[in-house]
Amino acid sequence: MISSYPPAAIFFAGAVLVAITRGRLRSSLMLLIPILGALNLRSLDPDASLTLSFMGYDLVPFKVTGLSMLFGYLFHLASFLGNLFALHLEDREHAGLQHTSALIYAGSAIGAVYAGDLISLFVFWEILALSSAFLIFARGTESSFNAGFRYLVIHVLSGVLLLSGALLRAHNTGSIGFDHIGLDGSAAGIIILVAFGIKAAFPFFHSWLTDAYPEGTPTGTVFLSSFTTKVAIFALVRSFAGTEALIYVGVLMTFFPIFFAVIENDLRRVLSYSMINQMGFMVTGVGIGTALALNGAVAHAFADVIFKGLLFMTMGSVLQMTGRINGSDLGGLYKTMPITTGLCIVGAMAISAFPLFSAFITKSMVMAAALEQGYNWVWPFLVFASAGVLEHAGIKIPYFAFFGHDSGIRVKEPPKNMLMAMGIAATLCVVIGTFPDFLYSILPFEADYHPYDLTHVVTQLQLLFFGALAVVWMMKSGIYPPEIRAINIDVEWFYRWLGPRVIGSIGSRVGSIDRKIRTSVLNVVNSSMSLAERGHGPKGPMARAVPAGSMVMWVVILLTVYLVLFL
Amino acid sequence: MSDLGHRNVEKDDMKPKRTNQLFKVFYFGCAILLLVELDMQLTNLVFKEHRHEYHSLEGLLGFYPVYAFGGIVLLVLIAKVMRKLLMRREDYYDL
Repeated sequence: MISSYPPAAIFFAGAVLVAITRGRLRSSLMLLIPILGALNLRSLDPDASLTLSFMGYDLVPFKVTGLSMLFGYLFHLASFLGNLFALHLEDREHAGLQHTSALIYAGSAIGAVYAGDLISLFVFWEILALSSAFLIFARGTESSFNAGFRYLVIHVLSGVLLLSGALLRAHNTGSIGFDHIGLDGSAAGIIILVAFGIKAAFPFFHSWLTDAYPEGTPTGTVFLSSFTTKVAIFALVRSFAGTEALIYVGVLMTFFPIFFAVIENDLRRVLSYSMINQMGFMVTGVGIGTALALNGAVAHAFADVIFKGLLFMTMGSVLQMTGRINGSDLGGLYKTMPITTGLCIVGAMAISAFPLFSAFITKSMVMAAALEQGYNWVWPFLVFASAGVLEHAGIKIPYFAFFGHDSGIRVKEPPKNMLMAMGIAATLCVVIGTFPDFLYSILPFEADYHPYDLTHVVTQLQLLFFGALAVVWMMKSGIYPPEIRAINIDVEWFYRWLGPRVIGSIGSRVGSIDRKIRTSVLNVVNSSMSLAERGHGPKGPMARAVPAGSMVMWVVILLTVYLVLFL
Repeated sequence: MSDLGHRNVEKDDMKPKRTNQLFKVFYFGCAILLLVELDMQLTNLVFKEHRHEYHSLEGLLGFYPVYAFGGIVLLVLIAKVMRKLLMRREDYYDL
């Protein structure tokens, strides 16, 4: 049966139902909505679209394309896994709020990838920002509220830029279509790229991610890691494929976060830096822009949602069960959390691109495409960045949480629903890596790529084993930096430290000038007051009170003087 | 916050015997990969084909092991320097 229900509508309606239900009914709805949504996707008419007229523009809030379908399925899967992972939440953890916002969030991500024009994209873009912020607010701490607020401001700004760019483009070209835009030197193109770039965590725009994601709830950050940045990748593939500047941006993204990840203590912030690194591979692929590179970018986005989701789930479980997430406070958890440990190791192997795990079949596509197109300088950077992934996500995350120095913390495994969600994600990491043809068959572009040849397997194993050997050597010899209870400043320093102080010092300078002016005016007023007071004040000559008796006496004296003179 | 379960537990790091066994397997793996490299690039006793080389650097003998080992060491050393510049107290932004 062919249908044409806009996929986002199912999630928005579902969010309303989830908001008003409780208990088992709500739990079943949360699992059913993504499944029903996926069935709807299967039966979607390949040419389905919806057009509305609004203020003289033809809006297309829903349009099916091959690229949309891939991201559509991916987001349904991510929503299912995230909902399953969050199923146990209780009311004191703001369960209703979290479940409802997670569904609206997933719905708006799905809406964005089926949007046919930039104005519709803008609407979903802003719902995406607002709904996701509640997954940070729901943590209920002061620092999460502040981080959520900063996150919201930056994302609303990205939306405003998107709308401005879209209107400018409509003015210049008469089109608001969400299709290839590119950098043709027009201001509209640049503004839209910056709007996408903020959401894609381009360098210098990335600090919202490393600031806010570690502040989300243990379950909420799993959703955060799945949708926002991947919508941005989708938008870049659609509108800026083959924009060469993105190669430089992407390489920088793979490169700088791995240094921060080595010294970061908060393990969810390590994963956030890791996320920027993975996005770097995708952005590089978009910049190269060939069919193989774009397939690589999209396939890596697909794999990343699952393995990064899995890693955030394992760290969410650790946070949920121990209340701690700093590497310096954890260690030795494998003794009582062996299943979570095992699942974390699967995620770590998947992100490190071990053969038979998912990133092995996706990341190398971008690297192969770079060489194919003669971008030889890109390649050594990407290989270095791949080794860096092994260091922070492959070794550091599992080692400091589950092994390393025994923290003495003995907690149980997380609830069954969390284990199930992690188990499914881990299975998918292996299935995608072992049977690459499944993922390759749904990729949107025509390109032939075979990941499993002897050279690729051997060289990748050499990279991983000898990278790990370096870490082992440095840990044993004490060169490796220990986890320290501290933070590292990044770009957010400008608006969290410098900004407030600059505004403060401008304020105090303006204040001191203002005070001087007021004082001198006050002095003039005071001196004229005292002058007046000298004459007219209570002790002034004008205010002397003379008794009536003395006046009579003086009159008598004067009259006597007259009398004497005239007589 | 959930129960941290700080019971009277023995704070032991991983059982040394099992850890040592794991490390031995790991070092053995590294050695095998070096032998494979030598055979593929030089002797061709077991592997009859050279590695495919798409980038000129890949042709160097032992490129991947050396690049990975050196790269990680460099990464960590640079990160240690960064820590000197960027590390602040946990309440840095709250002050």
